[in-house]
Amino acid sequence: MNACLQTIADYGLRAIGIGKRLLPREDFTLCEQFTLIGSGMIWNVYFGVLALIAGFGFATFLALGKASNIKTVRKPSEWFIFLFRGSPLFIQFFFGYFLFLKLKTVFPIFAPFTAAWLGALVVLFFNTSAYTAEIFYGALRSIPKGEIESADAYGLSGWSRFKRVIWPTMLRLAWPAYTNEAIFLFHATTLVFFSGFPAWQQRGDALYYASYFADKTFNPFIPYPILAGYFILLTLCVIGLFSIVNRRLNRHLPANTRQRLRIRPNLIR
Amino acid sequence: MACYLTTGKHMSIYWSVLTVLLLLGITAPTALAFGFAGASATRSRIAPVSWLGRGYIAVVRGVPDIAFFLFFVIALDQVIEATRHHVLCPDWVEPIRQGSDFVVCQAAKMPLGNAPQWVHESYGFAIAVFTFAIVFGAFAANVIQGAMAAVPRGQIETGESYGMTSRQTFWRILVPQMWVYALPGLSNLWMVLIKATPLLFLLGIQDIVYWARELGGIKTSRFTDYPHGDWRMWYFLALLVFYLIFTRVSEITLERLMTRLTRGQVTTAGEAQRKAGTT
Repeated sequence: MNACLQTIADYGLRAIGIGKRLLPREDFTLCEQFTLIGSGMIWNVYFGVLALIAGFGFATFLALGKASNIKTVRKPSEWFIFLFRGSPLFIQFFFGYFLFLKLKTVFPIFAPFTAAWLGALVVLFFNTSAYTAEIFYGALRSIPKGEIESADAYGLSGWSRFKRVIWPTMLRLAWPAYTNEAIFLFHATTLVFFSGFPAWQQRGDALYYASYFADKTFNPFIPYPILAGYFILLTLCVIGLFSIVNRRLNRHLPANTRQRLRIRPNLIR
Repeated sequence: MACYLTTGKHMSIYWSVLTVLLLLGITAPTALAFGFAGASATRSRIAPVSWLGRGYIAVVRGVPDIAFFLFFVIALDQVIEATRHHVLCPDWVEPIRQGSDFVVCQAAKMPLGNAPQWVHESYGFAIAVFTFAIVFGAFAANVIQGAMAAVPRGQIETGESYGMTSRQTFWRILVPQMWVYALPGLSNLWMVLIKATPLLFLLGIQDIVYWARELGGIKTSRFTDYPHGDWRMWYFLALLVFYLIFTRVSEITLERLMTRLTRGQVTTAGEAQRKAGTT
């Protein structure tokens, strides 16, 4: 037990560079595997949360852009969404990494972008923006006509109409799909360290450590189920948080017409 | 330029495109078969079969994405080798797992240690295909399950009133009609499958990602007639464009297929088509 506490102290924050420098090399205990994979989850949460928050704002703009009547606004948004939804995230990571490498040689300011903490975050941010924007765009198009008409009848227009009627309704309609997108994004964060971006000083995410153990022990039956367990916990947290928001967004509706969250986690994007 | 793009190494990247297409070509029907089997199993009246189907869908869909790929390739390989070990060398007394090692007798190695290179490659490829098929089969099963549930009950009742057995209604009424409900989900799945193909790289196959890294890397004039700097960015840009075109073409094709399938169906789209007289 004490040995395990020592291990947690040594490796609990290993993924962000605090604690012992060397990873365990032999006689892997279950405790070590739990601790290191768990500490790797820090990165998954970091990438997921930041990309999600930043992506949310950008996606709103993109969705509005795609729904816009002005061609010069609509076309770029459409292309952006198509570009990031139509190609594999894996290739986007690779391309992003090598693009940043190239830019670094020209503009030194791009140096931090070649590290995973920023470069991969940017790629994930664009990617989730595109997927979310498509969801929001779909929701925007299915806003009941009556709601907009009644907003007009109340004399709301422009910004106040958007803020009070269109945006909340769009969110309400998009929320179940958006929840799936969030879960999806957290799962996608596991790709980061397998796609060019180097894990500096072996500071990797949960999958990086899981595959480290699987490679060293030739036994995939322990680290991957641990990883899966952590992800199921993470997914449950995401679902919990999102359903609180969902309840708030739907609070004005009669109970029987409320949208239930349907969780359909999807695979690779 | 034309000379550069047709060097021997570049030929390998073109071949690996074929590998990807081959993977898609084999995986899609296999996954569909897995999905169909899974979905039919969940509808079974025999409880264990139904549990098996439900369990399959739930387990594979619940496990996070690429972890499954990384896990399954090693796991499958070890399961095969361990099974062969028990069958082929029954008098081997030492345990298979010795600390951090996985030891099986020579005859149980898969593929055999002295097998030619192409056997190793195709074995790896077969395992990859199988992994893809299992994972996507679960997703397809989920889609098909939903589609089977979406076929209006009245259609099946009509079949029953004609005196068909449940097997007959299943094959003659349910299966032909469910495709139109399954197609949106399946085409979505196809898109995801296309976008999952670069993950072959993680399974140790020399696919387009591998070759793009290989060919794009810095070449000095010592090893090649065409020295160049770090071109990996351009290679990956090419891959990006390749995938974009591929998805776009699939999108258009699937849309056409959908229009074709909706014809004469009892859905809103089918009704709309009939009313518009565009049959």
